[in-house]
Amino acid sequence: MDLQYVILISIGLPVLGSLCIAQLGKWPNVRDSALVITAAVLCGTISILVPTVIAGNQPEINVVPWALSGDAESGLVARIPLGFKVEPLGMLFAIVASVLWLITSIYAIGYMRGHHEKNQTRFFVFFSLAITGALGVAFARNVFTLFVFYEFLTLSTYPLVTHHGDEKARRAGRTYLGILIGTSVLLLLLGIVWTWQLAGTLEFTQGGILHTANELENKPWLVGVLLALYCFGTGKAALMPFHRWLPGAMVAPTPVSALLHAVAVVKAGVFTVLKVIIYIFGTEFLRETDASVWLMYVAGATLITASLIAMSKDNLKERLAYSTISQLSYIVLGASLANSAGVLGGGMHIAMHAVGKITLFFCAGAIMVASHKTKVSQLNGLGKVMPVTMAAFTVGAFSVIGVPPMGGAWSKWFLALGTLKAGQEPLLAALMISSLLNIAYLMPIPVRAFFLKEESPKVDADNDSDGISSVNEAPLLCVVPLCVTASGCLILFFLADVVQQFLEPIGK
Amino acid sequence: MIAEHLPVLQILIPLIAAPICVLLRNRHLVFPFATLVSWMTCAVSVVLLQRIMMGESISYELGGWPSLWGIEYRLDPLSGFVLLVISAVASLVLPFGRELLLREVPTEKHYLFYSAFLLCMTGLLGITITGDFFNVFVFLEISSLSAYVLIAMGKDRRALTAAYRYLIMGTIGSTFILIGIGLVYMMTGTLNMAELTERLHRQVEVQNRIITVIESRTVLAAFAFLTVGISIKLALFPLHVWLPNAYTYAPSMVSAFLASTATKVSFYLLLRVIFTIFGVQFAFHDMSLNQVLMILGLMAVFVGSAVAVYQENVKGLLAYSSVAQIGYLVLAVSFATGNDEGSVLGLSAGIVHLFNHAMIKGSLFLTMGCVMWRVGSTDLKDMKGLAKSMPWTMAAFVIGGLNLIGVPLTSGFISKWYLILAALEKGMIPVAAAALLSSLIAVMYVWRVVEVVYSSSPADETVGSKQQEAPWSMLVPMWIMIGASLIFGTLSRFPMEVARRAAEVLLQTGS
Amino acid sequence: MMLLGLYNYWIAIVLMMTGFYTVISRGNLIKKLIGLNIFQVSVFLLYISMGKVEDGTAPIVLAGSSQGQELRSELPSPGSSAAPIGQSKENLSAGAELADTNEIRPRGNPENLSVTTPSSQRYSNPLPHVLILTAIVVGVATTSVGLALIVRIKEAYGTIEDEEILQEDAQS
Repeated sequence: MDLQYVILISIGLPVLGSLCIAQLGKWPNVRDSALVITAAVLCGTISILVPTVIAGNQPEINVVPWALSGDAESGLVARIPLGFKVEPLGMLFAIVASVLWLITSIYAIGYMRGHHEKNQTRFFVFFSLAITGALGVAFARNVFTLFVFYEFLTLSTYPLVTHHGDEKARRAGRTYLGILIGTSVLLLLLGIVWTWQLAGTLEFTQGGILHTANELENKPWLVGVLLALYCFGTGKAALMPFHRWLPGAMVAPTPVSALLHAVAVVKAGVFTVLKVIIYIFGTEFLRETDASVWLMYVAGATLITASLIAMSKDNLKERLAYSTISQLSYIVLGASLANSAGVLGGGMHIAMHAVGKITLFFCAGAIMVASHKTKVSQLNGLGKVMPVTMAAFTVGAFSVIGVPPMGGAWSKWFLALGTLKAGQEPLLAALMISSLLNIAYLMPIPVRAFFLKEESPKVDADNDSDGISSVNEAPLLCVVPLCVTASGCLILFFLADVVQQFLEPIGK
Repeated sequence: MIAEHLPVLQILIPLIAAPICVLLRNRHLVFPFATLVSWMTCAVSVVLLQRIMMGESISYELGGWPSLWGIEYRLDPLSGFVLLVISAVASLVLPFGRELLLREVPTEKHYLFYSAFLLCMTGLLGITITGDFFNVFVFLEISSLSAYVLIAMGKDRRALTAAYRYLIMGTIGSTFILIGIGLVYMMTGTLNMAELTERLHRQVEVQNRIITVIESRTVLAAFAFLTVGISIKLALFPLHVWLPNAYTYAPSMVSAFLASTATKVSFYLLLRVIFTIFGVQFAFHDMSLNQVLMILGLMAVFVGSAVAVYQENVKGLLAYSSVAQIGYLVLAVSFATGNDEGSVLGLSAGIVHLFNHAMIKGSLFLTMGCVMWRVGSTDLKDMKGLAKSMPWTMAAFVIGGLNLIGVPLTSGFISKWYLILAALEKGMIPVAAAALLSSLIAVMYVWRVVEVVYSSSPADETVGSKQQEAPWSMLVPMWIMIGASLIFGTLSRFPMEVARRAAEVLLQTGS
Repeated sequence: MMLLGLYNYWIAIVLMMTGFYTVISRGNLIKKLIGLNIFQVSVFLLYISMGKVEDGTAPIVLAGSSQGQELRSELPSPGSSAAPIGQSKENLSAGAELADTNEIRPRGNPENLSVTTPSSQRYSNPLPHVLILTAIVVGVATTSVGLALIVRIKEAYGTIEDEEILQEDAQS
């Protein structure tokens, strides 16, 4: 079979799945198995593409060869297709998203049932559609296609964020939509049109396309402006000051927070930044023009500030959200370093952080389902009754902090190497400080759970939190996935060189 | 044989059908007849556009009189495109309206309604197809008078005052146009547009000075009268005050039809006057009309969108959004100052937006027609939780709203893309940023409705009996229009090629 | 001289402004409509006076005129029409007289065109008159639609005063 159709199938599959799910709403068991089957088949389909990409090929397909046109010289001749091309970075993102989708689907079924959520069918429909968005972003062959799926992802996750339908959810939804659509329409789109006007193409090309634009030679400042349009325009990358949507989106059910706000959506954001820097600007071009130096410092500032805010949050999911903001900036920082180590570290961190952070969110969800606790301060002594969950949490936390032998260690290593290569020692310090801060805000959680005793029941006046003694381990459908991802953190440490080889071509 | 007479058939079919509707009287006969007529008209315009795009230049001399004496029908890509928009919208709106009309207009008036509808369509088609300047005025009045009548048929009594206000403003506008036509005629002695252009640019000797006719004060006055008159008809900010109430209280299918065609035809007329008759050099360089248009366009976009956010009636919201969208059209035209790429892009962005917006706003008003049919009101407070009982209608509204915002793969995005591109090509970055910023306000007003419709629980559970969703006869035309906006948003080749050709033709004749 | 010579324009402008002012200032819907009518009529006058040619007679073909056929061939063909306003002696901006020479050809039946009789005989330009006939019809139609609307408004609101209607709307 032609590989190019595999791309189409993998992008169409979740849509098909969501249609089936919509029809099967009356039979929850059939519906949920349809979800899992779709996710499993998707993983299989994606894996077909892997050997080709490792071999250095880049299968591609145009869906609409003539989506947009208009160019100074050639008039109607130059056109922008809507199409896909699989390159290593996108492949990595696709693998991460689809594998974690499978795991999260299983987890989500357990969570939604354990938590007795309403409107489960609608939830799973949009849950599947969101993956289409993420895969479209991963496989996009040009910035236009990427933008299309980027917006699709925003819109398809909106119903998930506002799932509860109460005023709080609606307000969060407004922030979500306002920031994500706002930045993308105002800044990202302007950047894209401008790129097209300057370079006459939007294809992701090894080495970038902007260095061919004559106009930029006279106006070097324009490169910085364009970079700013792209980076701030990608609201999903949660670069400060456009990060507010992420903590807000934590009102969504936990599987959404886990998959989308730790993996698919935010990673689509940083992936966009990485891809634009590598394939639109070109790392060499950025190094020559020094246009990305400001971005390094914005990213550095974001990662420290977000860590500091995370420390002050008592709500577990919000703390994790700010931790995500901070970790995303690692990736943006890696991209802005514009050297091979930085880009490699950034790309690797997409995978490493995804697995680590999803474990943490799974645990947060499992705690919520089992004990109805949402605050860090309530977790004392929980390790005794939920040992598996808390152990997995510890593993995930180590990975995010970057302690060997967890996957996160490698990506942070490469990032640190990148800062040195770029001659930006202050940023190395920022990375180190941030890692310390990571310890400060993540480690108290397992420490409280395992080593502190439950406080006297006076805290129980706080709504529905039961005494610890009555708590059991979360449902099996919740516990198994988080064990899988936790062991994933470990395995990735030993697979790091595979990932490194896989990403080698993009760093050139 | 017939092919030769297609241009005149385009007008004659609906024109003759209108009085026949009155004769038929029986509404069971009138409806299929009117629908059939609109479909025939649509077929004619499709054939005509096809012929134009094959490179044929179509000129039809009415009654066989040479164009200098008689009336000439003349078609270029732009007019062919607009003809298609009008007739296609009409042929979708008419079948849509059958059920709706039963609830909005007393049955004994139906045959008159269809008659007025066909007349309105005739007028709009006539303005577009004619090459004779005075004929434009005549058709303009045909369409306007029947539009006043149509709007006055609305259920709410405010429809009457809205129609009256529109009548006063509209008549002032068309009288201005009449003065302009008279003054131009005075200076040139011809009413044929092509001939007019040529004679306006001739050199003449007056009191021992050589001047061009177009520089004379009479022509300046004519230009002023024409642009102001057309701007009233176009509802260009700040001359838009007639539009919101007229669209809000008119019967829903009339709102849909007028919103997607009437202002578009006025826009067509503006392009004709600026580019074909007076020429870019005069209108934009000597008179600096482009700067006026740009400022008014931007103001229209912002004021229209901002007011739309606070509307309590969704039809009113859409009407103000129309004011804003007219701003985009005018803004796009203001880029077309020469024969360079930026100008062509700007003008084709305007023309393609004319097409796209006709589909978008038409389908959005149709969704409101469904709501009207079911709830009997389009007030936001009556639409709480409506998505549960009318999923198809509300899904159409969401897609239409995404079109308005300009989400990629919708036709609204295509317009926006070329508009921004033109602005960048012209080096006007602040304008590009402003245009993008304004589309964020569209997010606000669209989402206000979406939130109410999807998240709130129904205000009154008793509203619906078992019949919940609108009938098929309404859903199908509505979804055809929505589908078209999606298809032309993804496969933008057809509208873009036509628009580009039209823009090139206009700019060539104009410079 | 110039001011007096252009008296037809002054009349048109005064009427136009009178009508326009009435439309804007009056609150009574009927009065507004009357103002609108005056406004339109002023434009009709403008057109009619435009067609007037000094010493011109009515452009009427006499029955049995044998000149018709010969003169048709003398009509300038559309392509080669002469400079449009070259023979004007009046101030250009006045404009009115520009249309008076042989430039303006009536539209209609070519048989009637034969009224472009020997240059010694002048005739008024009939075209503006014909045009304004159409416009008058349009004006009548507008007025009747307007009046019909006012009747309906009276039925619905019980008043035809603008402000009272607004009050009614505000209350409901």
